[in-house]
Amino acid sequence: MRPFAYVKPADIEAAVRVAATEPGAKFLGGGTNLVDLMREGIERPDTVVDVTGLPLDTVTELPGGGLRVGALVRNSVLAADRRVRARYPVLSQALLAGASAQLRNMATVGGNLLQRTRCPYFYDGAAACNKREPGSGCDALDGFNRGHAILGVSESCIATHPSDMCVALAALDAVVEVRGPDGTRRVPLTDLHRLPGGTPEIETDLARGELVTAVELPPIAAASRYRKVRDRASYAFALVSVAAALQVRDGEITEIRLALGGVAPKPWRAREAERVLLGGPADEAAFRRAAEAELAQATLRPGNAFKAGLATATIAATLRELSTGEDLR
Amino acid sequence: MAEIRMKVNGDVESLDVEPWVSLLDALRDRLGLTGPKKGCDQGACGACTVLADGLRINSCLALAVQYDGSEITTIEGVSHPLREAFVRHDGFQCGYCTPGQICSAIGMLAEHESGMPSAVTESTHAGPTHAGPTRPEHTRERLTEAEVRERMSGNLCRCGAYNGIVDAIMDVAGQDAR
Repeated sequence: MRPFAYVKPADIEAAVRVAATEPGAKFLGGGTNLVDLMREGIERPDTVVDVTGLPLDTVTELPGGGLRVGALVRNSVLAADRRVRARYPVLSQALLAGASAQLRNMATVGGNLLQRTRCPYFYDGAAACNKREPGSGCDALDGFNRGHAILGVSESCIATHPSDMCVALAALDAVVEVRGPDGTRRVPLTDLHRLPGGTPEIETDLARGELVTAVELPPIAAASRYRKVRDRASYAFALVSVAAALQVRDGEITEIRLALGGVAPKPWRAREAERVLLGGPADEAAFRRAAEAELAQATLRPGNAFKAGLATATIAATLRELSTGEDLR
Repeated sequence: MAEIRMKVNGDVESLDVEPWVSLLDALRDRLGLTGPKKGCDQGACGACTVLADGLRINSCLALAVQYDGSEITTIEGVSHPLREAFVRHDGFQCGYCTPGQICSAIGMLAEHESGMPSAVTESTHAGPTHAGPTRPEHTRERLTEAEVRERMSGNLCRCGAYNGIVDAIMDVAGQDAR
């Protein structure tokens, strides 16, 4: 691994100051993604700012019934939190569907938000990748792209965002709290990540030195659920995943939140499908019509065209489970 | 160079390590503890699994400096009925993944005991209401074979000794093996 300077600041101000002033500084949480990327030579920080000593590792109640999740809460701890399991089952389920138990014990919420794609061409130093080396091209476009994105893609990049947690957070209207040199700001989760466009190397809205300090979960009345489809039953990234929350009154959908994973370069809030569903019936035909409306904007390649049908079926199955209480896993 | 102190298998160890040295390399190359294996070195296989303050982690993705002050247990420090159970149930063939499997299983049993859910735990999919878990706090689910397989999915076995591994864990957990 390429040598780097290691600092472990005692408070948030110091962490932000170091990251804002040292060129080539990176924050380090649990290390499950950054250490791997440094070993591969893809991330090459000169200074690693270990933030795991900062007091950001608690889950606390917000006025009004929401929860505030510190950025350093471990994925396993958040998944097991009784309040999360009771009030935001979609989030607990998404976390438990991700990675392995060992990785969940290490990984932090902030690190999960900022993890990078597992596109094999991004990892392969001999391949063309606009994300790793801007302007070099994209070998995934005509390569082995069975796992790649179909929504929000560009001719520069079709890599997927790998997180399960973020898909649930997108459906929950989570808000990310960010501390920078100029103070604190709040960013909706759905605005934190960027689509690739012509600059796939720029993945988030964060400026240099900005540190994710917390994620806020607003209260939600609707029932919620996460469903993940992958090549093996456990410990694999999603081909397609669905985070959904649904409330039906007198046969009419009064609240619907839908987000997709495994199909886009960022956690994908399916606003088009939500528009189709809101105020209408909660039946199979409506679920499929909504999913198809969302996927009408898909860019399909021979390797990943199957994802459109898979996403449609998975959206419909998840909403069916929520509307009937069946467990179709 | 940073000086770190860890309690490894009960002994306090002081080490000078560069910040880019993984916990796995520190254990193997500096302390001679070659039980934890460098299988993939990228967090995909679980052969490097050790317990850090009781929690199972992938030591290949851990920088040693981040574990200053921690208590580390490798297979060399394990005296647990799982060791004999793995022999009794043919929980391995070549044995390469076994140190990680056993450390992982010890961590897994503790997680289950503490009420940690998994992706196959029923109460995480309790139906369409958000009324909350129906079981009282700290009541754990029965450790079924499906739970063991899901909770151990971070440890790969290329010999395919999974059935024996599951039987060994079920045996020690006091559940009937298949």
